Amino acid sequence: MNTKPDHFDEMRMGDDQVRPPYANYKSWFDGQDPGRLAKKSKEAEAFFRRTGITFNVYGQMAAEERLIPFDLVPRIISGREWTKLSRGIEQRVRAINAFLHDIYNRQEILRAGRIPIDLIARNEAFLPQMMGFSPPGGVYTHIVGTDIVRTGEDDFFVLEDNARTPSGVSYMLENRETMLQMFPELFSRIKVRPVSDYPKNLRRSLAASAPKSCGGKPVIAVLTPGIYNSAYYEHSFLADQMGAELVEGHDLRVVDGHIAMRTTRGYKQIDVLYRRVDDEFLDPLTFNPKSMLGVPGIMDVYRAGNITIANAPGTGVADDKAIYSYMPDIIEFYTGEKAILKNVETFRCGEQDSLKYVLDNLAELVVKEVHGSGGYGMLVGPAASKKELADFADKLRARPSNYIAQPTLSLSTVPIMVKKGLAPRHVDLRPYVLVSPDGVDITPGGLTRVALTEGSLVVNSSQGGGTKDTWVLED
Amino acid sequence: MDLHISHTTRYAYDTPVSYALQRLHLRPQSNIMQTVLDWTVTVDGGVIELTCEDHHGNVIDLVNTDRGATELTVTASGTVRTHDRAGVMGKVYGAAPLWHFMQDTALTKPSKDIRALARPLKSATDTLGACHALSAQILAAVPYLIGQTYTNTTADQALTGGAGVCQDHAHIMIAVARYAGFPARYVSGYLKLDDRIDQDASHAWAEVHLPTLGWVGFDVSNGISPDERYARLAIGCDASDAAPVKGMRLGDGDESLIVTLQVQQ
Repeated sequence: MNTKPDHFDEMRMGDDQVRPPYANYKSWFDGQDPGRLAKKSKEAEAFFRRTGITFNVYGQMAAEERLIPFDLVPRIISGREWTKLSRGIEQRVRAINAFLHDIYNRQEILRAGRIPIDLIARNEAFLPQMMGFSPPGGVYTHIVGTDIVRTGEDDFFVLEDNARTPSGVSYMLENRETMLQMFPELFSRIKVRPVSDYPKNLRRSLAASAPKSCGGKPVIAVLTPGIYNSAYYEHSFLADQMGAELVEGHDLRVVDGHIAMRTTRGYKQIDVLYRRVDDEFLDPLTFNPKSMLGVPGIMDVYRAGNITIANAPGTGVADDKAIYSYMPDIIEFYTGEKAILKNVETFRCGEQDSLKYVLDNLAELVVKEVHGSGGYGMLVGPAASKKELADFADKLRARPSNYIAQPTLSLSTVPIMVKKGLAPRHVDLRPYVLVSPDGVDITPGGLTRVALTEGSLVVNSSQGGGTKDTWVLED
Repeated sequence: MDLHISHTTRYAYDTPVSYALQRLHLRPQSNIMQTVLDWTVTVDGGVIELTCEDHHGNVIDLVNTDRGATELTVTASGTVRTHDRAGVMGKVYGAAPLWHFMQDTALTKPSKDIRALARPLKSATDTLGACHALSAQILAAVPYLIGQTYTNTTADQALTGGAGVCQDHAHIMIAVARYAGFPARYVSGYLKLDDRIDQDASHAWAEVHLPTLGWVGFDVSNGISPDERYARLAIGCDASDAAPVKGMRLGDGDESLIVTLQVQQ
């Protein structure tokens, strides 16, 4: 697909005019020797190899480990833009937590008829075992990675809420670290808000979410499926940065009514478990009995109020793309306010009229599975062949309620470094949000993902996208 | 009627246990049908790690078997005063909404035969009468017979096999009622049979939610609605939610299970 000529570029207005947030950077860039920058680009790659950030790509031969390409031109957001964005994100995240508490307890939103019951009742991510229970501090989504795209000066859309287990925060931190090492002079010239507090804030936020039964300083652990998981690097990185234990299911047992980990000096109680194991595998006594990754009995320990699980089991309901389509209603229902950030227009294929429209306009639409993520199993209409369109239409007719469709958005572009200098590429943004009983904390910045192929709109790292450092200016 | 109950579950392992957990649904709760006068759960060969409420409002215990144990004995005993309400629990609701009891589960998926059984109930005006008729029809199709089915036998398998126990009867009743459009659930508990003190096993029956009466119990195996000889332990969407004991164990080796149950007035 070709880049539409009318897309919004975040660096340039018209031909030569530079947008204010980029003015300072652009004048620095213009003074640089292109040869030196090319060399820096290679250095950055070496840096990433050394720290070991690689990424397993599913669906490729032998799931080879690969480096996510890093582009050294930062994506720059003004302080004013960020203020609006973060207000919108906070509103959304608060609404999602209220929504999750409601559907697992009184279900007012269903009684009020604002959401069809079937969307919850038939939702694979809905966990009955969470009904009639309030997690410690009432928090469901301790860590959120809201995916945001931009189409114009004031047009920001939320693409996905990622209330379950957003990954990629290690890239946000490493990207900044790399930039600081390579261009220290830039950071004295331009005041960029730091992101390096994230691990400290994550720790504080998780500790503040500890159960009431926790007496002293909460013990925090990160539960990983193990070294074969594509995000293992991030699990060990975050545990290390937070000063928390990195554990696997077989390290944990129920001891004295709590979850405890094996140590050289016996078992030690864990108060907060940041788990990177999916719901289905979390507790073989409750969910999939074949799971070797989970902790048997943890749901009972949880319901007894003896541990915090972050994020709470069953938060995936909020990630369902059919639920997404109701998010403006959900925000209004729980906050009494209009949504600050826009939702992308979404056609629910389970509805007769929508299905007809989607089938008639498949070549212009993006179609996604309601439970899908990571760009797997989706159709980008404008980039698909006739055969791909026809095959997908069959899938749609067979299980319409499994899909939603959205118009192809004209994503904003930010320049990347190519041989000839700068060239625009489409981007999205995933800011990282921490929620605790103390409040909502959004790290200024986030992960900017960039579609490295000219004109491409698919930014997912699993589909060959790259990343950039994301700057929020102190202005 | 005061029912004195003593229910012992004994596991014997042929190799010492390294780690095993059991989730117990062995604490009856007081409600309009029964008042729990006294009740204790004791464990030998393990410890009760915690006691909490599950999502259906049942009180569960999580039991950890002692490391190296070759035997675990769980005893639940006490007195429950029952009140005869002709099986009508009524419009009493917990955290789980009615639609939750309309969902298929792995053990209660509707098959062709189940759908056929649902036809009369679907169009009935006397829904209570239709449920009793259905209950009799299920018992005729699936006579009570021990040893033909297992804890993981589905409603359809039991119906096709033509024999089953109370769990299978309840599952078929639940599957049919849900398909006919009525919320239905599984109830585990105890039944005092008139002619004996020692019972073969704990009991189970189905509850169907009818528009006028609310929850009504149907004991298919005995062809009646529960009366004062019944004490309820737990409810759930099917047996896997409400089974008296459900567990997991690390390591190999066989285990044997002996249940002894006494219910007397």
